[in-house]
Amino acid sequence: MTTPVLELKNLTVDIPTRFGTLRPVDDVSWSIDAGEILGVVGESGAGKSMTGNAVIGLLDSPAHISGGQVLLEGERIDRLKLSDMRRIRGKRIGMVFQDPLTSLNPLLTIGEQLSETILRHLDVSNAEADARAIRGLDEVGIPSAKNRMGAYPHEFSGGMRQRVVIALALCAEPTLLIADEPTTALDVSVQAQITALLKRLCRERGMAAMLVTHDMGVIAETADRVAVMYAGRLAEIGPVSQIVGQPRHPYTDGLMASTPAASAGQARLRQIPGAMPRLGKLPDGCAFHPRCPFVQDKCRHDPGPKVGIADDRAACWFPLDAQEDVA
Amino acid sequence: MSDLPDAARQGPKPTGRLEEAEVVAPSRWKTIWDADISYSFRQSPVAMGAAFVTLVMVLAAVFAPLVATTNPFDPSSLNLMNGFSAPGVPNAFTGETFFLGTDDQGRDVWSTILYGLRISLFVGAMAVAFAMILGITLGLLAGYLGGWTETIIMRVADVQLTFPSILVALLIFGVARGVIPIEYRDQMAIWVLIIAIGLSDWVQFARVVRGATLVEKNKEYVQAARLIGRKPGAIMLRHILPNVLSPVLVIATISLALAIIAEATLSFLGVGAPPTQPSLGTLIRIGQDFLFSGEWWILFFPACTLLALALSVNLLGDWLRDALNPRLR
Amino acid sequence: MTGLVSIKGLTRVFDVSKPWLNRMIERLPKRMLTAVSDVSFDIPAKTTYALVGESGSGKSTIGKMVVGLLRPTEGNVEIDGIDLVTETDPAIIDRIRTDIQMIFQDPFASLNPRWRVRDIITEPVSARGGNIDGLAEKLLVQVGLAEEDAGKYPHQFSGGQRQRLCVARALASEPKLIVCDEPTSALDVSVQAQVLNLMSDLKEDHGLTYLFISHDLTVVRHMADTIGVLYLGRLVEEASPTSLFNEPAHPYTAMLIDAAPRLDAFGREVEPPEGEIPDPTDPPSGCAFHPRCPLATDICKAERPKLTPHGAGRVACHHAGQVRLKGAA
Ligand SMILES: Nc1ncnc2c1ncn2[C@@H]1O[C@H](COP(=O)(O)OP(=O)(O)OP(=O)(O)O)[C@@H](O)[C@H]1O
Ligand SMILES: Nc1ncnc2c1ncn2[C@@H]1O[C@H](COP(=O)(O)OP(=O)(O)OP(=O)(O)O)[C@@H](O)[C@H]1O
Ligand SMILES: [Mg+2]
Ligand SMILES: [Mg+2]
Repeated sequence: MTTPVLELKNLTVDIPTRFGTLRPVDDVSWSIDAGEILGVVGESGAGKSMTGNAVIGLLDSPAHISGGQVLLEGERIDRLKLSDMRRIRGKRIGMVFQDPLTSLNPLLTIGEQLSETILRHLDVSNAEADARAIRGLDEVGIPSAKNRMGAYPHEFSGGMRQRVVIALALCAEPTLLIADEPTTALDVSVQAQITALLKRLCRERGMAAMLVTHDMGVIAETADRVAVMYAGRLAEIGPVSQIVGQPRHPYTDGLMASTPAASAGQARLRQIPGAMPRLGKLPDGCAFHPRCPFVQDKCRHDPGPKVGIADDRAACWFPLDAQEDVA
Repeated sequence: MSDLPDAARQGPKPTGRLEEAEVVAPSRWKTIWDADISYSFRQSPVAMGAAFVTLVMVLAAVFAPLVATTNPFDPSSLNLMNGFSAPGVPNAFTGETFFLGTDDQGRDVWSTILYGLRISLFVGAMAVAFAMILGITLGLLAGYLGGWTETIIMRVADVQLTFPSILVALLIFGVARGVIPIEYRDQMAIWVLIIAIGLSDWVQFARVVRGATLVEKNKEYVQAARLIGRKPGAIMLRHILPNVLSPVLVIATISLALAIIAEATLSFLGVGAPPTQPSLGTLIRIGQDFLFSGEWWILFFPACTLLALALSVNLLGDWLRDALNPRLR
Repeated sequence: MTGLVSIKGLTRVFDVSKPWLNRMIERLPKRMLTAVSDVSFDIPAKTTYALVGESGSGKSTIGKMVVGLLRPTEGNVEIDGIDLVTETDPAIIDRIRTDIQMIFQDPFASLNPRWRVRDIITEPVSARGGNIDGLAEKLLVQVGLAEEDAGKYPHQFSGGQRQRLCVARALASEPKLIVCDEPTSALDVSVQAQVLNLMSDLKEDHGLTYLFISHDLTVVRHMADTIGVLYLGRLVEEASPTSLFNEPAHPYTAMLIDAAPRLDAFGREVEPPEGEIPDPTDPPSGCAFHPRCPLATDICKAERPKLTPHGAGRVACHHAGQVRLKGAA
């Protein structure tokens, strides 16, 4: 078995506050192989961004990793010094965030930013760095890349900027890409362009990617495997066909069914009642039980079974497929 | 996904209660105690110390007639023989002891400080209130109405900002002197002082309020109010004003410290509070005449009081600014 | 048949020039942005008309003109046969105003954070001096919240619950028309389903008419009776959801449908669409979509197609009906 590019083992993040300690990421384990796109979905506040930030060591104080391990190609990176982490960021892990403007320096040209990043991480000459920068822009589909090297970020449209950010994330040829809602701020046509680009790059370079989004459609079309998060915990993880087609956790099921596309032709959408609890007010037992249509006594007291690393299982006492078996 | 009970497939109708809405209403006192701002207050020894000093001074000023040993402005209670008593030393002629000493006319320094504090705080607070009302009104109008109103108000503000505020106050003071007949001058001096300091200070309120109004007026709750036909006045007062007040509060506190110092400066220059109603600044001016002849206490104690007051109000303002600024938290 | 809302030749131009002084120095011409151009449609009573289009296509601008928050540059909006812009009788204006309400995109900005829920949701009535006894409680129950929630502040609610509060406020004046500008774009899918279901239920119960603005095709397909597709401020196609999604007549509509991610299509490999929306201050000649259009010919560059009847709907394309969906199974 090859080592996965990224492996999380029981990752836990804590935020101490004066009202007690919040746990936005609770015992999350998964792995991503080379060339694979892991989609991470869940409602707002489920801990998706927190998980991504924990991997790249960008948690804002007072949030910190309080347990578990993060392994990049088999090597622990959660205990690294800040300077070592900086070297990994950008070099071995590329990052793309929702708002392309915040990831670009408005005062430097696109070319300067790209070459500078390449020079920082790779041992190449200036000319070589420029050449690579142009190739990078070409690769993400920016027309006449050579002429656009001197342009400033504000001269690009939103979609073009996001392409530049992707080029920037990829220029040092990282093995892992973390993309946090890379298309949320973009129009559907541009979104389709960007997701197609991500898919192609992962396939061609054998890069692993963690794609955070709350758009089920994007996940269905882009991801190979999907992790569903709820209130900081992993609710379910599995291949995309399984998660979208035959979800086993009632939450995944509700999430998929509540998209308007899923109930096309019906007068009413299926909905999950209520809302995700706030972190400080998690219920006992399974965090989803107050909203679960299949809730039983055990769910109210015992937290759901943990999802394993290799297998794809649901953190639910009574997963939907098991019920079908009984029936 | 196939074997779901019918109820789950359809989802309940969204009428009736949602579990999540159950927020137990805590008592009012608990709400205040738990609020971020009171927490940050309890965490900051500097803020608590400053608040304590300020509170003591305000109480001392309000209850001056009760706390003071004499009324320094009642000529009948003065004994010239008591002049220049050193602090804590019995007077050579009368044998009376004044723990902060007396001035040249035999007035008890402790009592004059209390009464001076009264005038200083009163002038400072009124001047800030005046500046605040003027600044908020003009800032709201400029921000909400825009166009020519905004251009005129903000240009006037810009021009005024290029003059030091003490100069503006001096100018207004000078004009007032020329206009008010001499027999009313002493009576009106305090009010002239308030208006002079207030007028020199409204600009920063107007600027901050205008900035916040520009942000708020584009928020959708303001559009919702416009939509139902609310008049601009009602929108400004009832919707926007409550939402722009927190930065105003910070400025008001810091301005209070500055206004107290401005008043002291004007009085020190002899254009402020008249000797019949001396403020801390007037006391300092009187005191400095005797500094070099050895009677240091006449200057020293009023100066210390002024320093402590201005410093603690300023520290309070600094803390408030940090506590209300979400970016620093 | 003319409907409850009748929109004729609606046009809105924004002046987006640099400030006057910069223009003089840099010798720049004025820059005009035509956000909405010659849009006409009717909304029959008790139906839902949806406007879709990408960012900047002018959806919100149309919404604001319909409710009277913005004045049209040309053309007019008639509600119940009355044009709010030209109407002079205040009684009629007031009556029409109560008939229109709006729900906004951002559930956090659309409720005044300093007001209690009771005051927020009854404002459309209380602003006119109407009777609000028990109104807040009734509305809260209607939108699936609890009566006790009336005393709380907006920050005590989640995003979905806030959007319910916005719906409650919109219902307060018993309107006929509600303009919804991306009411669920800021919500999670599960919560979006709650809000959309609520809106459908209320439409039945109160006989409401919706102008539903969204960029999400799946949502629009679920909610609308008629869909209008906007591109660069112009209506390019209008049809019922079934015919629009099964046989789009305009290539832009087809592109949108193809580009929208689909749940049932994992691993779908389609060529993503080319290009992006052009600069609205300098739109392409002829048909504004021609630079991105797979069907474009010379006539598309030269001549702008008119919106003409096509099947049961309308379309503005020289090659209407020649489009094929890529993803069609
Ligand atoms: N400094 C903080 N103090 C307290 N709670 C915090 C802090 N920062 C984040 N949280 C909480 O951590 C949880 C996880 O947040 P995170 O940003 O990871 O959510 P997300 O899944 O990315 O949601 P979204 O879809 O909105 O981006 C949230 O419930 C959030 O309220
Ligand atoms: N007040 C304004 N001043 C100048 N330009 C404006 C103004 N309001 C809107 N515009 C411009 O008009 C065009 C249409 O804007 P509008 O907000 O109606 O788009 P939209 O379809 O609602 O887009 P979105 O999906 O982003 O909300 C845009 O190009 C926008 O930049
Ligand atoms: Mg996030
Ligand atoms: Mg809009």
